Amino acid sequence: MDTSRFTRVDATTWRIEPYGAMRVPAVIYADEDLIRDMDDKVYEQAANVATLPGIVQASYAMPDAHWGYGFPIGGVAAFDPDQNGVVSAGGVGFDISCGVRTMLTGLKISDVPPVQRSLADALFRQIPAGVGSRGSITLDAIDMDAMLAGGACWAVERGWGEARDLERIEEAGRMAGAQPEYVSERAKERQRREMGTLGSGNHYLEVQGVADIYDAKVAEIFGLSPDDVVVSIHCGSRGLGHQIGTEFLKEMVVAAKSSGIELVDRELACAPINSEVGQRYLGAMRAAINCALANREILGHYARRVFAYFFPNCDLRLLFDVSHNTCKVETHTVEGRSRELFVHRKGATRAFGPGHETLPDTLRPVGQPVLIGGSMGTGSYILVGEATAESKAFASACHGAGRALSRHAALKQWSGRKVVDDLAERGIIIKSPSMRGVAEEAPGAYKDVNAVVAAAEQAGLARRVARLRPLICVKG
Amino acid sequence: MQAAIMDPNKAPAASVIVPPVVSRAGWEHFPHDADVGVRGFGATAAAAFEQAALALTAVVTHAEVKPLAAVEVSCEAPDLELLFVDWLNTIIYEMAVRNMLFARFAVIIEGPRLKATLWGEAVDVARHAPACEPKGATYTALRVAQQAEGLWSAACVVDV
Repeated sequence: MDTSRFTRVDATTWRIEPYGAMRVPAVIYADEDLIRDMDDKVYEQAANVATLPGIVQASYAMPDAHWGYGFPIGGVAAFDPDQNGVVSAGGVGFDISCGVRTMLTGLKISDVPPVQRSLADALFRQIPAGVGSRGSITLDAIDMDAMLAGGACWAVERGWGEARDLERIEEAGRMAGAQPEYVSERAKERQRREMGTLGSGNHYLEVQGVADIYDAKVAEIFGLSPDDVVVSIHCGSRGLGHQIGTEFLKEMVVAAKSSGIELVDRELACAPINSEVGQRYLGAMRAAINCALANREILGHYARRVFAYFFPNCDLRLLFDVSHNTCKVETHTVEGRSRELFVHRKGATRAFGPGHETLPDTLRPVGQPVLIGGSMGTGSYILVGEATAESKAFASACHGAGRALSRHAALKQWSGRKVVDDLAERGIIIKSPSMRGVAEEAPGAYKDVNAVVAAAEQAGLARRVARLRPLICVKG
Repeated sequence: MQAAIMDPNKAPAASVIVPPVVSRAGWEHFPHDADVGVRGFGATAAAAFEQAALALTAVVTHAEVKPLAAVEVSCEAPDLELLFVDWLNTIIYEMAVRNMLFARFAVIIEGPRLKATLWGEAVDVARHAPACEPKGATYTALRVAQQAEGLWSAACVVDV
């Protein structure tokens, strides 16, 4: 992007002054290289979000922002119901409550090589991944509603998880306000056999090693030491969330119009929070959040089973589970006044700083773990929420590396087989049903995750705690 | 963006014969940062919809999909562009709940309504090696239009 289009506030803050129908400015957090490489569409989409009714303070984009649909991926926006604020199905996206969980294993990197190949094979067999894979769980109508209301708590009650996990999951494992009756039969049908499945695209289960520690004090509280082995899972609410997103997007295009809301892009489809459609979406979307929390809890349980076979004394403890496609009601201080806002994060991670009341006792003194998935070759990061993120972007940070190349371009540039072979030489085992899928997700198709997290840190959104390097990657 | 265009009607041309416009059915993918765009061309809007559906299948697999079983579907929307998104989402739904891929499509559009038959087969992971799973068709880069030379095109970005 042409940097002259922005007001540069500081090294990592780029403001788009309101023009046209924009009600507030748009602010992108990134360093100069990232902003130059960013798609012009991010500028356009961040500005478009700023036109929506009831938007508070600014429309934000994180350092990993890229061209989305309606909202940019990496977009954050908060709306006030008392100022005709909206809830947007487009602002949450299709993969409702897509997120990352990281589990500590107590193992060291040196424990892995003797079993690395068979551990990778066992995880690939146990974790249903990709199109055509089916889970071993089938839900009837009663179980479906119980899952949609109960989230990870439901999974734990059913024996697919551990009670101690719950305090380490956002919303303590269960999103309040879920209304399964607002979830369509088609959405439920799509999910009936998809619990405990990983999905495809950029979703993964990785076994990772701690490569670097940046903040020893916080790392110790998080339970991370150099050369530790962790397991990270990236996935969401599967077919149920996709179907809810699809249905409400269509309904909200009409609802916006009948509420007199001019949409500059149909993908911004939204409805007033205080409207029948808006409330119905919130009930269904919260049910989808529970679906994602339950799904990741079940996948974590499967990972535990596999690890217990290879390492009988191994105890997988959940570090944290956090979503990056959501709309949440949160209290934020705006211009000195505490306000209850509907914060949309689309490809952005909630990043509560130290002292936040929702964090469990052990984490509260330091802040929330912010889990950043990188590409399979370059690794991932664990950050910690900063107090400054509250005023910067409603306590939000980046969510991943962000794509630099389209799938189309990636496919032209790389062969999946060669990517797998090259990574194997570096000690990283990739398991995927599709070599084409691997090529589309090639490490080079992503931005430099190191630059993204460095910019997030410099901008005061979240601080680096540890870098993780991949050892095994199961991709859908 | 012509790279991925597939023209089933194009003979392995020995001589240069320009086919009539009505036979220029085909499809292509176009790039989007995180996802992928599908575009179908045809002599009618219905034909363009059928071709875009082939492009959707090709998002998942480049392997042959056999038209072994038929599925009847229908959908409805206030305009042709919204109908196109609904059509792709209807296929995505059938792919997901039936665990199938589709190879052949017959579409009839009557006013705001679309009726179609999809022919396909169950996903065979080893044979189809599915690359990714479409989550939903979006309104991004959505355009259904008849071009000056009479050819219809139907396109949008699919979230994968």
